[in-house]
Amino acid sequence: MTSHRLTPSAGFGLGLRPPHFADFMAGAVEVDFVEVISENFMVSGGRPLHVLERVREHYPVAMHGVSLSIGSAAGLDRDYLRRLKSLADRIEPVWISDHLCWTKAQGVQSHDLLPLPFTEEAIEVVCRNLAQAQETLERPILLENPSSYLTFAGDQMPEWAFLTEIVRRSGCFILLDVNNIFVTATNHGFDARTYLDALPLDRVRQIHLAGHSVGRDGLLIDTHDAPVREEVWELFAEVKARCGPVLTMIERDDDIPPLDELLQELERGRAAPGRPTATMERAA
Amino acid sequence: MSLAEIQHRFVAALRDPQANLDALIAQGSGRGLEVYRHAHGASLRACLAETFEKTHAWIGDDAFEAAAGAHIAAHPPRGWSLNDYGEGFAAELDRLHPDDPEIGEIAWLDWALRRAFDGPDSPEPDPTTLANLDWDCAVLTFAPTLAWRPVISNAAAIWTALAEVTPPPAAQRLDATADLLVWRRGFSPLYRTVSGPERLMIRSALEGRDFSTMCEALAKEASDDDAIEKAGALLTQWLSEGLVVGAAVLKAGAAEGL
Repeated sequence: MTSHRLTPSAGFGLGLRPPHFADFMAGAVEVDFVEVISENFMVSGGRPLHVLERVREHYPVAMHGVSLSIGSAAGLDRDYLRRLKSLADRIEPVWISDHLCWTKAQGVQSHDLLPLPFTEEAIEVVCRNLAQAQETLERPILLENPSSYLTFAGDQMPEWAFLTEIVRRSGCFILLDVNNIFVTATNHGFDARTYLDALPLDRVRQIHLAGHSVGRDGLLIDTHDAPVREEVWELFAEVKARCGPVLTMIERDDDIPPLDELLQELERGRAAPGRPTATMERAA
Repeated sequence: MSLAEIQHRFVAALRDPQANLDALIAQGSGRGLEVYRHAHGASLRACLAETFEKTHAWIGDDAFEAAAGAHIAAHPPRGWSLNDYGEGFAAELDRLHPDDPEIGEIAWLDWALRRAFDGPDSPEPDPTTLANLDWDCAVLTFAPTLAWRPVISNAAAIWTALAEVTPPPAAQRLDATADLLVWRRGFSPLYRTVSGPERLMIRSALEGRDFSTMCEALAKEASDDDAIEKAGALLTQWLSEGLVVGAAVLKAGAAEGL
């Protein structure tokens, strides 16, 4: 296992989204950190980078990506990694995260988080790609458990064993998406607490909370377009009680409400009982 | 089956609703595959609708959906950034609507403005350097976001009306071919249609010709004094609107100035 150190921090934050740019640029939002979608700022210039640099003056920033494709059998995109590192060097994020999934094959990008088969070969591929990414970025990576809508006939283990083994071998950390655990558990008919029981929770550094919806055929879909559901809050309370210091945030990407509404929702996360921890300090 | 083969077949199935993955996915996972298929297509459609908002407004839902569907079927996304996916959509509309040139031109304007939005920043022109240049030999430096194309319709006027949510004019052919320019000044993407001598001058500059050669286009239509005055006025305008961001005198392969 590669040795990486990443000091745990406690705090509550939100995703940086266009309707709220001005508030965050002014440093007027009472959060401990913000998370950005890395790809939205991996650009040559213009207003996006200006916004991010102003926000960074006030808040620690976590970079969260969707296109690393850590599970691609064909390996990582070096240009993508170079651009990601360039942004990280500019922003000096708290950390960089992406998803335990794949997004490209045969030169085609899915622009969606596709599921991996839970096999020994997939573990080896992910760990090989993680080693390359962490070496190039000169930072450890947090991997997020994605929502899942299907499983493969050749699966050799459950998702929690797959993720745990990758963490053990690669030394990466976990971004635990509590909503995704709930969605995946419901879709595939297992108990979400079984998932939690198996994970090395001491490797969790960040938590995502989000809303989901019910698809036409009854599957739960990770839509990020609604408040966090009651069942997910209940699961979060268990996670918070079991984890050490972590950064927790609410993801909202569609039907984005006024900032006050999100902050009020975030307050529920703060109020949930958990292990006592020190809160991280804002940059300014 | 290897992971590479699984991913090959899976990504192909995302784009082919007839593809059967029954041997690959667990029993009962068919509806899950449909979720991924839907998400793939929906993300590309949403990207095109967002990037080509004015085009969508101009041609309406049905025509836009048809064009988006044709583009998605013919062009699998290759880049890691969804922002790149609109490349070639204007050409797709040109092909689908050969008798309505304003459609492809509006789409090109949508696309070029989107690219300019987060394209490379312009350097700040240095007034002192510019004031001391030998302008007869100077070659202009344009904003790095500058994009241009010939147009034969009033696409820019239609785009402007749609942006201002006012009734757009009817599509019309221009009296003479013009060039539509797009670039960014500060954080603001800009566009302008140029024609006549100004168009010839800008084309000449884009080919790397020096300022005195550029001015020959004006000299054909005016006296020498008028041409010099007009050229100076145009240069002042280009600098003030951020279209031109510098100039340099080329000497034996080296640049002097900005």
